[in-house]
Amino acid sequence: MAVSTNGDTGQPTPRRRTNRLRHRTTLAAYGFLLPNLVGFLVFTFLPVLAALLISFTNWDLLRPPEWVGIANYERLVSDSTFHRVLRNTTVYVLGTVPIQMALALLVAMALNQRIPGRTFFRAAYFMPVVASTVAVALVWRWIFHADFGLLNSALYMIGVSDPPNWLSSTRWALPAIIIMSIWQQVGFSMVLFLAGLQGVPQHLYEAAKIDGASQWDRFVHITIPMLSSTTFFVLVISVINSFQVFDQAFIMTEGGPANATNTIVFNIYRYAFQFFQMGYAASMAWVLFAIIFVVTVVQFRYQRQWVHYD
Amino acid sequence: MTERPERDRPARRERPRGSRSLLGYSLGNWLLAAFLVPTAILMLMPFVWMLSTSLKSAGAVFEYPPSFIPNPFRWDNYTRLFEVLPFARFFLNSVIVAGSVTILAVATSAMAAYAFARLRFPGRDTLFIGYLATLMIPAQVVIIPNFILLRNLGWIDTYQALILPAAFSAFGTFLLRQNFLTIPGELEDAAVVDGASHWQIFTRVILPLSGPALSALAIFTFLFNWNSFLYPLVVTNSTAMSTLTVGLNTLQGQYNTAWTLLMAGSVLALVPVLTVFLFAQRYFIKGITLTGIGGR
Repeated sequence: MAVSTNGDTGQPTPRRRTNRLRHRTTLAAYGFLLPNLVGFLVFTFLPVLAALLISFTNWDLLRPPEWVGIANYERLVSDSTFHRVLRNTTVYVLGTVPIQMALALLVAMALNQRIPGRTFFRAAYFMPVVASTVAVALVWRWIFHADFGLLNSALYMIGVSDPPNWLSSTRWALPAIIIMSIWQQVGFSMVLFLAGLQGVPQHLYEAAKIDGASQWDRFVHITIPMLSSTTFFVLVISVINSFQVFDQAFIMTEGGPANATNTIVFNIYRYAFQFFQMGYAASMAWVLFAIIFVVTVVQFRYQRQWVHYD
Repeated sequence: MTERPERDRPARRERPRGSRSLLGYSLGNWLLAAFLVPTAILMLMPFVWMLSTSLKSAGAVFEYPPSFIPNPFRWDNYTRLFEVLPFARFFLNSVIVAGSVTILAVATSAMAAYAFARLRFPGRDTLFIGYLATLMIPAQVVIIPNFILLRNLGWIDTYQALILPAAFSAFGTFLLRQNFLTIPGELEDAAVVDGASHWQIFTRVILPLSGPALSALAIFTFLFNWNSFLYPLVVTNSTAMSTLTVGLNTLQGQYNTAWTLLMAGSVLALVPVLTVFLFAQRYFIKGITLTGIGGR
């Protein structure tokens, strides 16, 4: 902290006033920046550059890194596990984001009414968002237990004689993780939608009512367009976060059975910290970045067609 | 909530007109309740189930039909938890790590944000673009080089490895810079006339006016680091340095189907955060709408 006051004290006698002032401001500015800048350079900026270089090497951390050019990226193109991982992650994003957002909008609209217990309901939907994913993934592993889980017990009770094996089934493990993730994320989007809804001017609804618009018309022609900038924001953030899914897959299934729930980040973890193939793992991380970047840019490019800012 | 009067108006006007009412609530309200009550129960069910399982006997866990009320209550599941793994230590580690990261990240981000938002200096815009550019890069890209760096420094399995790489937030700097830009310049000018230094302007003018943004950043930095899993998993390897999330994973590795123990551990990891949330719900919600962070 002492560094940051350097710019304001102990200056030698200056020749020109403006120069001295400018000099002092620059010193002060770098004093304020220094702690964050050093940490940022060491632990974020330089590692990003290093990660790019590492992705062009083979490096097991025992021998020195070996430059292999784009061989790691070429290997990704023909790596069937990586294809599986890309498909799983895409299915996860497509399964989680739209359902989660639709439910969040429904709940937000319900909670935007004057009803008793609003704060309670809002807290109930939001609690999973603040909860540790590891802790809630454990309880969901228990809920999805094929023989004694709460879910299958409930399914037996309503007469389903042969419920899925969920986490131990190659077909149902990914849907199970999607269900858990929808549960965990709905509250986050709900809060943003709720804030968006409160910004919609009431007089629009009243004018539409006077014109005889039905409730559905008001939803389609007022709520949806007025919320579009919120929806866009929620969509972009949810997609970015969903592509990075890891904790659930690690705790609930360890990517299994037979890679059925292996995700991009889980695969990066395995290659980097279990197989110690740093270069190959780094190339996967860059592919993840490229996917997130392209998907985000595409969303920004097409937002003009449906997002209204006013 | 300040917006309540606005929303009250349509509802109040409707009530005398609405002939359909039951116990003073309109049909619409009953429909809302029919949607909200069951879904809210579904949302809370996993928490209740976690708590209930954590208090059951090992055998009662496998009963059919399942019961939400443990019989008998087995409080000793929790004492056993502390016997099988050093959960007090995990807890302490999580407090130290999340607490230190929060203090460092908020302090250094606020200082850097002050320089970016309020001072003119050569290189400012280039540096700021450098910060912005890294915001889009997922944490998984930097975790590999950071692991190698910490390994070469001999820092694996230390507090500095858990704390320092997370403590200098480009996002926090960006968030606070945007917030500091909204503070009117006249306040600063008055302080300059009075001969205040930049440090005095920062601590006496800018910081006191940025309470909501600073507390939102602090809350979510703490929450994110308390719940963080991949990073502490990678940079620690001893039980003594595990945080709660990593400790829970170890517990799962050793007692894969000891559901009462696993649930007791989960309850322990959730209680502090959920308690704070229930008391400070307003700040969490405001923080999310202010910053758009907190999602996964």
